[in-house]
Amino acid sequence: MKTKLLIQAFIISESLFFITLILAYVYYGIYETTGPASVQSLEPETTGFFSLFLLASSITMMMGRRGFVNNRYTALKAWLGGTIVLGGIFLYGQASEYVKLYGEEVTISRNIFGSNFFILTGFHGLHVILGLIVLCIILSLVSFGDTRKISVTAIESAEIYWHFVDAVWIVVFTVVYLIPLLI
Amino acid sequence: MNRQTTIIPESESSLPSLKTVDGALQWLGSVDHKQIGIMYLVLALFFFLIGGIEALLMRTQLAQSGLNILSPETYNQFFTMHGTTMVFLVLMPGIIGLGTYFLPMMIGANEMAFPRLNALSFWVTFFGGFLLYFSFAAGGAPAMGWFSYAPLSEANYSSTPGASYYALALLLTGIGSVGAALNFVVTTLRYRAPGMGMRDLPLFVWMVFVNAFIILGALPPLNAALSMLLIDRLMDAHFFMPASGGSAMLWQHVFWTFGHPEVYITILPAFGIMSEVIPVFSRKPIFGYAFVAASTVAIALLSFGVWAHHMFATGMGNTVNSFFGAASMLIGIPTGIKVINWVGTMWGGSIRLTTAMLFCIAFLVDFTIGGLTGIAFAIVPIDWMVTDSYFVVAHIHYVFLGGSIFGVFAGIYYWFPKMSGRLLSEKWGKLMFWLFVIGFNLTFFVQHFLGLMGMPRRVFTYPDLPGFGTLNLISTAGAFMMAIAVLVFLWNLWITLKKQPDAGEDPWDAWTLEWATSSPPKPKSFTRIPPVRSRRPLWDLKHPENPDYKDSQQPEESS
Repeated sequence: MKTKLLIQAFIISESLFFITLILAYVYYGIYETTGPASVQSLEPETTGFFSLFLLASSITMMMGRRGFVNNRYTALKAWLGGTIVLGGIFLYGQASEYVKLYGEEVTISRNIFGSNFFILTGFHGLHVILGLIVLCIILSLVSFGDTRKISVTAIESAEIYWHFVDAVWIVVFTVVYLIPLLI
Repeated sequence: MNRQTTIIPESESSLPSLKTVDGALQWLGSVDHKQIGIMYLVLALFFFLIGGIEALLMRTQLAQSGLNILSPETYNQFFTMHGTTMVFLVLMPGIIGLGTYFLPMMIGANEMAFPRLNALSFWVTFFGGFLLYFSFAAGGAPAMGWFSYAPLSEANYSSTPGASYYALALLLTGIGSVGAALNFVVTTLRYRAPGMGMRDLPLFVWMVFVNAFIILGALPPLNAALSMLLIDRLMDAHFFMPASGGSAMLWQHVFWTFGHPEVYITILPAFGIMSEVIPVFSRKPIFGYAFVAASTVAIALLSFGVWAHHMFATGMGNTVNSFFGAASMLIGIPTGIKVINWVGTMWGGSIRLTTAMLFCIAFLVDFTIGGLTGIAFAIVPIDWMVTDSYFVVAHIHYVFLGGSIFGVFAGIYYWFPKMSGRLLSEKWGKLMFWLFVIGFNLTFFVQHFLGLMGMPRRVFTYPDLPGFGTLNLISTAGAFMMAIAVLVFLWNLWITLKKQPDAGEDPWDAWTLEWATSSPPKPKSFTRIPPVRSRRPLWDLKHPENPDYKDSQQPEESS
């Protein structure tokens, strides 16, 4: 119980970190800037496609926890593996987007759009990487270690964190990619 | 290595000797909340001395007009480091240290919820502090003020790496504070002794608990802003560079979104100490327990809605100014409620004027003065007149030093016998108290007048205008009195730690659970926990003929 409470309180504080970055993004009036390095450099369709993998990974994570509750280690391992692969595909999408933008000389130092875009998506990506590390640790413990040592709260806590990463991405994707389409 | 061997043998004492290698390792590798609490306090004391020396050098430079003891560049570094040190490396570890030691003990727990997270939080803070000071060796300390206003903090205005060290060090101490806050929240919610409901929590625990939520809300925005500053400086981003599309105002908004709650982060645990010490030395239960606890929650909520009163001079417009002016006055109400409750607790009590109690009384007087000048700042035209003057310096020192630090000293004199098993000398303690309090008021009271006369802060010297020289000399003399007081305090610590334990379990005849353990407590504080049936479990134990829980109401409501 205490671990779940810890992760919930931690997520409150992490949310405020992201809210600050998102408010900054809006505050800077990124939407009004046009030209080569602006929201027009983004490809909402491609990123939206890769976002589906992250959304799906939330579902597989939930299925994995359910499998574990029902004492089906095989199911847990399969779903965890699936989650890691889906999260990895999302990260691959983000990396390829960064490479493409870098090719167009859209960088963190180019202008205020670049600074904001990379800090917001970058910190989110960092959280995905941390989540993947946690999931990999759990998967290897379940696969090679003593499964009795894995408590259900450990998996539930990882799940809460993973859903949080997903929820942050929904907000970030809306703010960065979708709102410019509406304006 | 098989699983049985351990590198560091388990400690049998909660205060292992530093003279043996094993003892030193037991401190370094400790995950015990009592040892970590003491290490926090030692860290705070260490940086208190460093920050104090910086202040003394600045006051020496300001003793007369036109002195050249410190160069302007050095002076800028010193006032920046003094402020940053005192806020992040003295007040924060000081209050977190007392919380880490006493929050579990006051709720009858033997350990924090996450001992290793506790150790991590401490060491991150520790290395953050030394990283900040490494900047002196790495080309120059930060020199842009502790609030690090952009664009002064940017690479083109602060060319030494100092500002980058500032950002990195504060990120580390910020992460440490969040870790400690998470631990406080979970420990309070999950580790209370059987029978102890939230309405029975000692008020110190209440304050640290509410405080933990302020930390969780206020530190992450600072961490975000520090990341942006660091990326600006190291990777040429544009967040706080108005010339290339950034905004200097955003730094101020985010910094004070953190900075104003930070004021309450440092004062609330001091309020908690007041609420423990005053009842014990007035021999009365706290007057209006529920009001003290509830006003804390009100302060916590309001503290997030007043940040822009630090920015009245930036031209935000009258609507914004009036909103934040009014909100800032509102926050005076819950604080005033607390002051009335403490005075009400002392009213008609049989007061014992120990050093701890004296610090509480000085707190009541000096913190109220700081509160009144704070209300003055909420009136926007007054703020415009005195902003960036010594009036502000006087105000912040009355709340930080006359408030938080007096509270921490009260807590140290009160709890030192529990932590070490030895009572601090009252004779030396009272000498230290009078030197410190008189020195403090000499130093900072005259700064109100200097500010009103127009002396700007953060300038390394001043013209020889009528009155300036005299008032500054008085201020400097007061600073040296405080320095002597601190030396007396160190001497008191030294002679006390040399003598044999003499405190006994409960030297003050107090009522909360930490006094039910031996002094110093064993590594496992409680082997059995006294029954908790009211807010004063030890009173019930000592007075079975008249226990609190026999009253249908809590004592202050029935008397």
